[in-house]
Amino acid sequence: MKLELKGISKAFGTFYANQDIDLVVESAQIHCLLGENGAGKSTLMNVLYGLYEPTAGQILVDDRPVSFRGPADAMAAGIGMVHQHFMLVPVFTVAENVALGAEPTSFGGVLSMDETRTKIREISKKYGFDVDPDALVEDLPVGVQQRVEIIKALVREAKVLILDEPTAVLTPQETDELLDIMRQLKAGGTSIVFISHKLREVQAVSDVITVIRRGKVVGDAPPTASATELASMMVGRPVSLSLDKAPAQPKETTFVVENLTVRAANGTNVVDGISFDIAQGEILAVAGVQGNGQTELTEAILGVQEHVTGSVTLDGKQLLGLPVKEVLRSGVGFVPEDRTVDGLVGPFSVAENLVLDLYDQAPFASGISMKPAKVVENAKAKIEEFDIRTPSAGSAAGTLSGGNQQKVVMARELSRPLRLFIASQPTRGVDVGSIEFLHKRIVAERDVGTPVMIVSTELDEVVELADRIAVLYKGKLVGIVPADTPRDTLGLMMAGVGPEGGSDDK
Amino acid sequence: MTSKHRSDETQPAESTSEVRAADVALDTAGGALAPAIVPVSSQSGDPGHEQDSVIRKIVMGNGFVSVLAVIVALILGGLLIASTDAAVAKTAGYFFARPGDFLSAAWSAMTKSYIALFQGSVFNPRQGLQPLLETMTVATPLICAGLGVALAFRAGLFNIGAQGQIIISATLGAYVGFAWHLPFGLHLLVVVIMGVLGGAAWGALVGVLKARTGAHEVIVTIMLNYVALFLLDFLLNTAAFRRAGDNSPISPRLDDSATYPILIPGSRLHLGFLVAVLLTYGVWWMLNRSTIGFEFRAVGANPIAARTAGVKVSRATILVMALAGALAAFGGVAQVAGTEKVLTGGIAAQIGFDAITVALLGRSTPWGTFFAGLLFGAFRAGAVQMQIQTGTPIDIVLVVQSLIVLFIAAPPLIRSIFRLEPKKKNKKTKAAPKAALAHASGGAK
Amino acid sequence: MSATSTASAPGATALPAFRPSMKVPLTLGVLAVIALVFFGLLGPGQTAEMKISDPGDAVAVPALLIPGQVGGIVLGILLLAMAAYSIYLWTRNTRSPRWLPIAFSVVFVFAVLLWIVAGARQPSISLAGLIAGSVTLAVPLVFGSLSGVLCERVGVVNIAIEGQLLGGAFTAALVATVTGSPYVGLLAAAGAGAAVSMVLAVFSIKYLVNQIIVGVVLNVLVSGLTGFLFGTVMAPNKDQFNTPGRLDILPIPLLSDIPIIGPILFKQSVAGYLMYVAVAVVWFGLFKTRWGLRVRAVGEHPQAADTMGINVNATRFWNVTLGGAIAGIGGAVFTLVTIDSFTKEISGGRGFIALAALIFGRWNPIGAFLASLLFGFAYNLQSILGIIGTPVPSQFMAMLPYLVTIFAVAGLVGRSRPPAASGIPYVKG
Repeated sequence: MKLELKGISKAFGTFYANQDIDLVVESAQIHCLLGENGAGKSTLMNVLYGLYEPTAGQILVDDRPVSFRGPADAMAAGIGMVHQHFMLVPVFTVAENVALGAEPTSFGGVLSMDETRTKIREISKKYGFDVDPDALVEDLPVGVQQRVEIIKALVREAKVLILDEPTAVLTPQETDELLDIMRQLKAGGTSIVFISHKLREVQAVSDVITVIRRGKVVGDAPPTASATELASMMVGRPVSLSLDKAPAQPKETTFVVENLTVRAANGTNVVDGISFDIAQGEILAVAGVQGNGQTELTEAILGVQEHVTGSVTLDGKQLLGLPVKEVLRSGVGFVPEDRTVDGLVGPFSVAENLVLDLYDQAPFASGISMKPAKVVENAKAKIEEFDIRTPSAGSAAGTLSGGNQQKVVMARELSRPLRLFIASQPTRGVDVGSIEFLHKRIVAERDVGTPVMIVSTELDEVVELADRIAVLYKGKLVGIVPADTPRDTLGLMMAGVGPEGGSDDK
Repeated sequence: MTSKHRSDETQPAESTSEVRAADVALDTAGGALAPAIVPVSSQSGDPGHEQDSVIRKIVMGNGFVSVLAVIVALILGGLLIASTDAAVAKTAGYFFARPGDFLSAAWSAMTKSYIALFQGSVFNPRQGLQPLLETMTVATPLICAGLGVALAFRAGLFNIGAQGQIIISATLGAYVGFAWHLPFGLHLLVVVIMGVLGGAAWGALVGVLKARTGAHEVIVTIMLNYVALFLLDFLLNTAAFRRAGDNSPISPRLDDSATYPILIPGSRLHLGFLVAVLLTYGVWWMLNRSTIGFEFRAVGANPIAARTAGVKVSRATILVMALAGALAAFGGVAQVAGTEKVLTGGIAAQIGFDAITVALLGRSTPWGTFFAGLLFGAFRAGAVQMQIQTGTPIDIVLVVQSLIVLFIAAPPLIRSIFRLEPKKKNKKTKAAPKAALAHASGGAK
Repeated sequence: MSATSTASAPGATALPAFRPSMKVPLTLGVLAVIALVFFGLLGPGQTAEMKISDPGDAVAVPALLIPGQVGGIVLGILLLAMAAYSIYLWTRNTRSPRWLPIAFSVVFVFAVLLWIVAGARQPSISLAGLIAGSVTLAVPLVFGSLSGVLCERVGVVNIAIEGQLLGGAFTAALVATVTGSPYVGLLAAAGAGAAVSMVLAVFSIKYLVNQIIVGVVLNVLVSGLTGFLFGTVMAPNKDQFNTPGRLDILPIPLLSDIPIIGPILFKQSVAGYLMYVAVAVVWFGLFKTRWGLRVRAVGEHPQAADTMGINVNATRFWNVTLGGAIAGIGGAVFTLVTIDSFTKEISGGRGFIALAALIFGRWNPIGAFLASLLFGFAYNLQSILGIIGTPVPSQFMAMLPYLVTIFAVAGLVGRSRPPAASGIPYVKG
C-alpha cells in the first residue's frame, strides 16, 4: 500500500505544529521520520491516524484521497499505530485489549473472545512473540506490552504501521529485536513509518529518512548519511555531538549509599541492595532502561519512598528516615524525573515555582509570613540567569514550553549552595538548544565541587555527562564502569549482563 | 526581557475554549489528576500574578462572568415563577387573542416577587435599610462556613461537611452558653472557643481519615453530616439539653453573657459579622501571604510536586480540614450565640450546603466568598419576605443559587448565551483544546 | 558489591516482612470481640422469638426461639473463628477471600438483631417481615447505586444520585396523577432521571467542570425545583397533581408462598422485579458484552479507547444518561410504591447512601446490590425497633448506615480501586 501526505498543515490556534508537509511512504518500506522533541512528528502521525483533523492538505492511500474522521477510519484504511505511551488498558487481558474496538461477538453483543485468542496465538507464532492472550496487561513487562500493541495493529491487518518512538522503553538488545521484527514485517509487505530521534537506530533500519524541524520537512536523506549530517539537519545548524567537558577532578567522597533497598507495595524489591558513592566534583550517571528502579532510587534518597532500608549518608549525616524538607535543607538539590507531575505546580506562577522548596526560608519568609517582593525579585534574577522564556514572572509555569519548564526546575534547585545535586531525566522532552544549556549547568555544578548524580534512560546523555556510569537492572546494580566503556558493554549491562573484567565492586 | 515576549515557544492560546482546556491541562498535570475545584486563575497566590494580560483579565474576568451568571439565573428563576403564576396561566388561555395580557401578567409575576425579595433584603420605604442589616445577619454564618469550604477547596479537598461542623460547634457552644454561668466577657469567649474546637475536631477527623486511610473526604463528610444531625437530635431529647418541664426539643436560652453583643440596636446584627470580616481578612492573609497558605495551595494544585518540594501532604490535609472545620464552626457559633440564641434541631438550616455554593460563587477566594455570602444572605433574608408577600416558595432561592453556580462553573456557556464568543463552526477548533493541553504539558508527547 | 554491614547506620529503619494490608483482619477481629462481649457475655437474658411465616401463610413454619445470651455467645465465637481465619491468612501473607467479609457481615448483623430483639420489651419479631421490608426499602438504593456504577465505570463521578432519585420521585407522582397510570409515571421518572444526568454529562464532558461540583449543585437544583413546584403546583391542587396511585403488587402464584424468599423474590411490584432484572443485566452487560468492554475501557483509559475508534465522550454521555434513567426509576419507587404521594425532600439523603453502597460494593453491580440490601436492612431495623421497644435510642440506629459507611471507606475498602479515569474529563488526543 502506498501512502501519501500532500501539503498537510495542522494549526493549534495561531501556532502551526505542522506546515505544508509532503511525505510519500512506498509499499514495503521502512520510512523514518527524524526530528527533535517537539518538531511535530507525533502531531503529523496523529493527523495520519485520524486523531487530529488537518487544517489543510490531503491524505492519499494508493493515490486515492481519503479523509479520516477518527482512528476507526484510519484503521479501516489499513493504518495501524503503536503510540509512544502505550494505549493499553492495564486491567484488561491481552485478548480484551486486542479485541477492543473490533470485538468479535455472538448474538446480542455478547463477547466471544476465543476468536481473538486464536488470532493472537497465530501472530505470536509467526513473529516469535511470546504473548499469553489471557495475561493481564498490567502484569506484563514493557517490552511485551509493546508487542501487544503491534499485535493490535496486525490483527486489524494494517498495511502501514506507525511506530512512535518505539525504542524509548527498550534495552539496546530489545531494540535490536524490534528492528528485526520491523525488517520481518517489511519482508511481509507491510510499510513502516518509524519515528525516532535516535540516529543510530534510524541509520540501521531505514530505507528513506525524512527530517522534520519546527513543523516543516527539511529534506530527505539516505540511510547512508552520516550522524553529523543528520544531526545538523535536525537541529538546523552544525552541532557538535559531544559536550566540551574538562576531566573530572574528584576530591573527597561525601555521598555514600550502602545496601539501599526499597520494597514496593506488592512485596518485591524495586531497589535491591544498591551501594555506591560519589566524590565531590564528580558526576555519576545512572543508566538503565526505564522502570528498573531509577525512580525509586532517587526518591528513596529524597525521602518520599516508604519501606526503605540501608543507609544514605551525606557529609557523614544519615539521610534515611529524615523528612523530605530536612533532606533538602541538608544541601540536596533534586530535579525530579517528570517536571509536570512532580517538579512544578502548573497553575502556580513562575515566581512561586522558583521558590517551591524555599518558600519558608529567608529571605522569602520570616516566621510564617512570606515576602512577595523578594519572591518576585528572585524570579526576575533567575529568569535572566537561566534565560527562561516566559511572558512574565507571573505567568503560570504550566504554560511554558518543556525546555523552559525544565529551566525553572533547574534554576530553583541550583539556586542555593549544594552539597549534592541529583537530576533525573534532566533533558527529557527538551529542545536541543536547552539541552546544551542544561548540560553545561550540570557540568558547572560539578566543577564547583558538588557531587552530582544524573539518572537518564538516554544512553547518549549518560555517556556525555558521566565521569562514571552505574547501570541498573531490575533494581540491582549491575556494575559501575568508567565513562569510556564501550556502548555494547553498556547495552549488555542494561539487559542485566555483568561487565567483563569483573568491575562489579567498582 | 521584551525580546523574549515574542518567543515562538509560548503561544498565547487564542479562543477562550482553548484557554479553558489549557486550564484543565494545568489543573490535571496533563490529565493525571481530577480537575481542580478551584479555578486555575485563583490557584496562584499574588506574587507576580498581577502582570496577567489585560485582555485575559477582561474576557476571563471573574467578576464579569459572575455578574452575567447571576443575571441569567435570576431571569430563569423569574420565568419559573411566572410559569406557575395563576394570572399567567389564565392569560395564557387566551394568549392568541390578547398576547399583551399574557406578557404583562408574566412580567408582573416576575417583578412582584423580585421587588419583594429586594425589599426584604436591602431597602424598603417602611423600614429603610433595616432589611440590609438582616441580610448581613443571615450572611454571617454563610460567610464563615463558606470560608471553611473555600479553604479546603484551595487545598484540593472537598469539604461537604460544613453542615456537620456547624451542628457540632453550635451544640457545644450552646451547651456552654446555657449550662455554664461564667462572668461577662469570659463566657462569650469560652462559648466561641468550645464551639470552634468542636468544629475543628469534627473537621480534623475527616483529615485524619483521609491522610491515614485514604478514605475519600466527600463520602466521609457527607456521612458525618448525618451523624452530627442524629447526634443533635439525640441530645435535644435528653434532659441535659431540654428546658426544665418542657418536652419539646429546644434548649434553654443562652445566658446574655454568652451571646454576641448587638451592633446596631433594633436589628439582629451582632458582633459575629465583624468576626466574619476579620476571618475573611485572616484567610486571605494566610492563603496569600503565609507559608502555611503556600503549602495548602501547593498541595491543592499538585500534591505530588508539593511532596517532592518537602511539604508534608498528610499533615497539611489534617490541618486544612481542622481549619475548615473551625471556620465553619464560627458560623455555628454565630447561629447560637448571635442570631438564634437557642439550640434547635434546625439550627444549621441549609447553611452548610449553601456554603458550598457560596464558596463556588466566590471562586474560592476569601473576599469573593465574603461577597457571595452577602448575596446569598440577601436571597435568604429576602425570600422570607417574598414568601409572605407573594406566596413564592423559598425554594426558588435554591434554584437561583444552583443555577448561578452552574453558569459560573462553565464560563463558555455564559459567553455563548451573550454571544461574547461567536461560536466558530470551523472544524479546526475541535482539536484545539488538545493543542493547549499538549502545550501546557510542555509539548513533550 | 560492598559488604559493609548496614546495622550500624544511624537512622536506618528496619523493614518489616511484607504483608498484605492488615485492615481487614484487624477490623474483623475488633468487631468479633465486641460481638462476643456485648452481644454474648453481657447479652440480654430473654429468649428472642423470630417468626418465619405469618399466621395467614399457606406454608406454616414454626418460629425460631433463641435465648439471647447463649445465642450471642455462639454467634460471637463463630465471628471470632472467622476473624481468626482471616488473621491466620494474614500471617501466611494471603489476603482474605472475598466471601469472608460478606459472611462475617451477615453473621454480625444477625448477632446485632438477636441482641436487640432479646433486649426489647417485646422480644418477638417477624423475620419474614423484617427481610421483606428491608428489600422494599433497598429498592431505591439499588437503582441509585446502579446509576453510580454505570457512571463511574464510564469515568464520570455521579454525586447527583440524590437529585436523580428526587427528580424521578417528583415526576412519577406528577405524571402518574395527570395520566392516571402509574406505569406511565414510572416511565416519566426514568426520563426525569435521565434529564438530570444529561445536565451532569454536558457540564462534565463539554464544559469540563469538576464532576463533584456539578453533582453537588445538581442536587441543590433538583431539590429547589421540586420544592418550588411542590409548593406552587402540587400542594394547592393535590387531587389534580399529587394522587398518583400505586404500582400493583404482582405476586407469582405458588412461588410467592415460599417462606422468607417468596415475598422478596416473587411478590413485588413491577419496580421490584425490574430491580432484579437491572442488577443482572448491568452485571452481564458490563462484564460479558461488547458494550461493557467499551464502557470499562473508557472509564479506565479513555485515550486507549479513542485510539481504537471508540467515541469516548459519546460513550460517556449515553451511559451517564442511562444511569440517570435507572436512578429515576428508583425515585419513582418512593411515590408509586412506598408512599402514594410526593412530599418535599422525599428521597431524604438515600442518594448518598446509594453512593456509599456503590463504593462499599466496589463498583460492581452485584456488590452494590448486596450493600444496598445491608443498608435497607439498617433502615428497616430502625423503624421496627421503635415498635418492639428497645433500650437503644433510635437516633443511634439511624446513624448506623452512615457510620458503617465511614468504617467501610476507612477500614475495609479504604484503598480499593475506582475506575482509573473516574472524575477526569477527556480532552481529545
